[in-house]
Amino acid sequence: MTKPRQAIKPERVSTALVIEDLACRRGQRLLFEGVCARVEPGGALLLVGPNGTGKSSLLRLLAGLLPAAAGRVDYAGRRAFLGHEVALKPRQTLGGELAHWARLDGGEARLPAALRAMNLEALIDVPCRMLSSGQKRRAGLARVMAAGADLWLLDEPTAGLDTASAALLAHAMAAHRAAGGLVVAAVHGDIGLDGAQTVRLG
Amino acid sequence: MFLALVRRDLLLIARSPALWLPVMFFVLVAAIFPFAVGPDARLLARIAPGIIWVAALLAALLPVETLLAPDVEDGTIDQLISRGIALELVCAARICAHWVGFALPLLAALPVAGVLLGLDADDATRLAIAVLLGTPALASLALVAAALTAGLKGGGALAGLIVLPLALPVLIFGVGSDVAGAFRLLGAASLVALAIGPFAAAAALKPD
Repeated sequence: MTKPRQAIKPERVSTALVIEDLACRRGQRLLFEGVCARVEPGGALLLVGPNGTGKSSLLRLLAGLLPAAAGRVDYAGRRAFLGHEVALKPRQTLGGELAHWARLDGGEARLPAALRAMNLEALIDVPCRMLSSGQKRRAGLARVMAAGADLWLLDEPTAGLDTASAALLAHAMAAHRAAGGLVVAAVHGDIGLDGAQTVRLG
Repeated sequence: MFLALVRRDLLLIARSPALWLPVMFFVLVAAIFPFAVGPDARLLARIAPGIIWVAALLAALLPVETLLAPDVEDGTIDQLISRGIALELVCAARICAHWVGFALPLLAALPVAGVLLGLDADDATRLAIAVLLGTPALASLALVAAALTAGLKGGGALAGLIVLPLALPVLIFGVGSDVAGAFRLLGAASLVALAIGPFAAAAALKPD
């Protein structure tokens, strides 16, 4: 792990994300194969396709949570992952949970801005078990933002979000890309990523 | 990083409503035996080490279902892996936290159990040292079992079946701690379990 850094902006050493001939096998089933993509710093990649075609698996593969059956992923920078599970302990407060993850990421200085970006400041003293699913989703997004990673891996980031929160997310993703960050998102429909490439699965 | 993980695990244990369960359980088991065996003080004092070790083993297993399974289900493990944090480190931290969470309160409760079972001061001290030396192995075994059964329904019972036979060496050396060399063997058993445990648990947790 890298030592905690105090700077608000991470040092941008962004490199391109290169996906070559990637294949994923779950049990006996081949989910996809021959997936290729190249995302430059500031770029975005949308993973689209019907349910069960491997969008989430591709994201988990990029996050290092699944082994590839073939092909390779080349990316040198740090990654931040938002999955379907929220990873928030029900008895802890939202602020405490996000502070814990920010500490692991060395991103405590970035956390206030991330909370503001997702409009969570009023909720930091609320135990996580009392949050709605949309609020937990926003918390997960704030964790991604506070991580200071160049590559954001978002699994259906707008699921459960109201329109105002979706707009906040679109704004945050645009700011991340403007600063040289990369976004890869599995989506159904538009989430406000302009000029994104698309990988169609299934 | 390791210390940050241990601190986090200890915080969660300290805030959990089940904090006092293992030690209460331990004292209750010790308290029940005089009723079950009868009030023969000499007999009780002779079997006391065995009772205390069995109670300690069960106390180590009590929280096994909440050791790792919630982290697997709620995505915490995914978040840790995606940060490039080694699962072995996560498991080693969890073993430490589990040991502090169950073995230290248990040591504190040991004098109470000793009195209930009629142990004299010398025997109680020797038993306390044995428990101190042997419980790291129990914590490590419990975590490996928790990793193997995370995500299974009714994993707790299965975890018990996995741990009980593996804990036999610790029980044997622990109960026989008045024999020369037993402390060393007990310490050795703990060291072996601590060395292997994090790797075995991490291997069991690796996503497929």
